[in-house]
Amino acid sequence: MKTLSLIVSIIVGAFLMYGTIDMPAWGDPDSPASTHVSPYYITHTEVDTATPNMVTSVLADYRGYDTLGETTVIFTAGMACILLLRRRGGRNKDRG
Amino acid sequence: MIGKSDDIIIKTIARIFVPFLQLYALYVIMHGHYSPGGGFQGGVILGASMALLLITHGYDELKRRLPEGVLLLLGSLGVLIYAGIGLLCLILGGNYLDYSQLSVILGVDAAHARSLGILGVELGVGFTVMAIMYSIFFDISTGGILPEDQRREGRVEGER
Repeated sequence: MKTLSLIVSIIVGAFLMYGTIDMPAWGDPDSPASTHVSPYYITHTEVDTATPNMVTSVLADYRGYDTLGETTVIFTAGMACILLLRRRGGRNKDRG
Repeated sequence: MIGKSDDIIIKTIARIFVPFLQLYALYVIMHGHYSPGGGFQGGVILGASMALLLITHGYDELKRRLPEGVLLLLGSLGVLIYAGIGLLCLILGGNYLDYSQLSVILGVDAAHARSLGILGVELGVGFTVMAIMYSIFFDISTGGILPEDQRREGRVEGER
């Protein structure tokens, strides 16, 4: 069973590595990621949002909806931690 | 339970460091427009300064400054600020989170309204991250039992 898992993971790994051959070179300016919306952000950030740091303007303005979701995720994670970990006075009756 | 540290060196160093940490956290949040930083990073630094206060000055001291209820309120308030700014843009006739609509209220042009909108939501993110980071640290370090509950529990067990 162990040998089988090893063979399967090697084959899957080889396929994944084969898949990376087609990927554009690191930092290639002609790659699809750099030619679609990135030029717009780079050229319009200063004019649109008066914010020199385009990371911030993309994070909080152009992709603000995504960051709202991230904040909600952090909030939910915190609430879940409190629900799972915290034992308040009222719960002691259940335990005792 | 996290008690008060007896070591005067630890307490003094923490007392000197915490204001700088908190000031730096505010700087990171405020300066996110011009340099790496923003609500997430600044919030974590702010939460770390609270954690430092907790392990050096103890729970009772920190509770006096920042009660549990206020902490959770701050965490919820952060998300509310973010969603509220988005909703305000919606009310003013734009898309959700389209900060340029805020120029009517703020009295600046659209680009600067967007800049201020970014600052607003970063502040919201900072509030939430600070409260949640501190809350998680606190829950893990105490095992989830608030010290006052622990004391009461100890008394009840003693009576039994």
